[in-house]
Amino acid sequence: MGVIRVRESGLFTTVQDLGREGFAFLGVSASGAADAISLRLGNRLLGNAEGAAGLEMTLLGGTFIFPEAATGALTGSDFGATLDGERVDLWTTFAVKPGQTLRLGPTCSGARCYLCVRGGIAVEPFLGSASTHILSGLGGFEGRALRKGDVLNIGAANGLARERSLSTRAVKMAEPRRVLRVTPGPQSDWFDEASEPLFYGSTYRVAEDANRMGLRLEGAAIPMLPDDTWPEETGPTRGTGGMISEGVTLGAVQVPEGGMPIILFVEQQTTGGYPKIANLISADFHSLGQLRPRDEIRFERVAWETARSLLSEQEELMASEELIFE
Amino acid sequence: MKTGGRTRPQEFLSYWSYCRVRYTFASMDMEAGEGARFELASDQSLLVYFERQNRKGRTEARPVQPQITLQANERVRKLLRLLQLEPIEGFRNLHPAYCSLLVKFDALRLRHEEVEAILRRCLERLDEVILPEPHQVEIPVCYGGEYGPDLAEVCAMHGMTAAKAIEMHATPEYLVYFLGFVPGFAYLGGLPEALVTPRLAKPRRRVLAGSVGIAGHQTGVYPFATPGGWRLLGRTPMAMFRTDRDGLSLLSIGDRVRFTPISAERFSALEKEWA
Repeated sequence: MGVIRVRESGLFTTVQDLGREGFAFLGVSASGAADAISLRLGNRLLGNAEGAAGLEMTLLGGTFIFPEAATGALTGSDFGATLDGERVDLWTTFAVKPGQTLRLGPTCSGARCYLCVRGGIAVEPFLGSASTHILSGLGGFEGRALRKGDVLNIGAANGLARERSLSTRAVKMAEPRRVLRVTPGPQSDWFDEASEPLFYGSTYRVAEDANRMGLRLEGAAIPMLPDDTWPEETGPTRGTGGMISEGVTLGAVQVPEGGMPIILFVEQQTTGGYPKIANLISADFHSLGQLRPRDEIRFERVAWETARSLLSEQEELMASEELIFE
Repeated sequence: MKTGGRTRPQEFLSYWSYCRVRYTFASMDMEAGEGARFELASDQSLLVYFERQNRKGRTEARPVQPQITLQANERVRKLLRLLQLEPIEGFRNLHPAYCSLLVKFDALRLRHEEVEAILRRCLERLDEVILPEPHQVEIPVCYGGEYGPDLAEVCAMHGMTAAKAIEMHATPEYLVYFLGFVPGFAYLGGLPEALVTPRLAKPRRRVLAGSVGIAGHQTGVYPFATPGGWRLLGRTPMAMFRTDRDGLSLLSIGDRVRFTPISAERFSALEKEWA
């Protein structure tokens, strides 16, 4: 079993797989890769299980030493990777000779780049997943972002390493969108009539403090219903804004006081008390993972049926034989 | 005591029973049994509410909100229990809350209508669900000072002494309505009326793990150092969430909790003992 030595950790590098579903009743959100499509494609290229753990780098990549031979794949955004000085392309497998150094730099495109290795990153799973949950310090590599000097184990792989690349169609699918498609949120009718054209007609900027828990947006404030239409705090149930806290899900666009929307992300809180005007469609989740602070986005409302068929199309392509060529 | 019929004194017909009747009546126009309401939350999740809200989200029969919620919360716990005992294929995650349950499902296998139909069948069986015996959990808390930086202000707001506030907070038996927000954070209802205090206008960027806070009618313990807007009365040396513990979380949904005041010396001793 090989290892990866972390020489430079980059800005914020964590071990991620596809997350741990099923523990929201304990307050544990799924976590997992911010751009799950990119991680899955990286694993597919390497012949790993789709949900094998990889390294998720954010805005600035790290430097990694491979003492033994390995096969890797980089997916997601272009962080200008080089292997012993030679340029390494995204979306294709690359062979690493013993002792070689993989160096990544600042992003040239989106927010996240994934380093997948054949055999996957091996860590002790927590609740069945290798994903790091930063806020609670659970899962991943010691429940935290990587540091200089960390040594990561590479899992065992079956069969022979093969050179493989991704089809143009698949690369196109992985491309992040700036117009995020949404369905109405469970409280979309809590907002007055002026809110809808404002929300769908405005450009929003991703705030500096956007992270894996949520992306705060800046732009047109969404007006809430006037104060006197809100019930005063009555029961133990009353959350902020006159709403009773309820379960929230990935991609929920909630509007707190002040009217600046927040999109809940992979390390989201499992319940929340702010009204939700919209929810990202599942087929666009991966785009969120590539948004950087100050990026500009817009929202487009689609029908429920459209959301379903877009997800089906995405998954059909993910499952298709044309995804990868050798 | 005889409770039914016309012999009941007028005073006895409390607001509570009056509104419960209204509540039941109001729910009769809904197809789902027992006042359940469904709302699409996303393309892969469905919310079921056990409380009637009108179009603008304002709950009817507001004066009796707490009582209705207790009932509604029991239904949430029963539905959660049923879905945990008899897992449904394609259900991926369950987010219980005060009076609702969010079901996240595999959208490639199930449609909202199907999820709703499955849940309706479950709702018909809720009465047969037996909830597990609640654990009675005692949480030692060192109140005030650096442990509870907001205690003095809360006392000032309510015109009471620190001793009185501590006694009031440590007296009731609180119900764990649900766990949410972050791993192991229990929403405890039943805070005495005299202690009901709004959240901080500006949330703290960092609240220490173990901090015991109040907000509105709720109280709770922060399991991890997180940002937080609840007013902090004290701190417990007890770990709310540990990976080496069965069930991980100290508290489970439906448990009963009581806080016990301890001294700073005892806090330090327990902190060392439990480290």
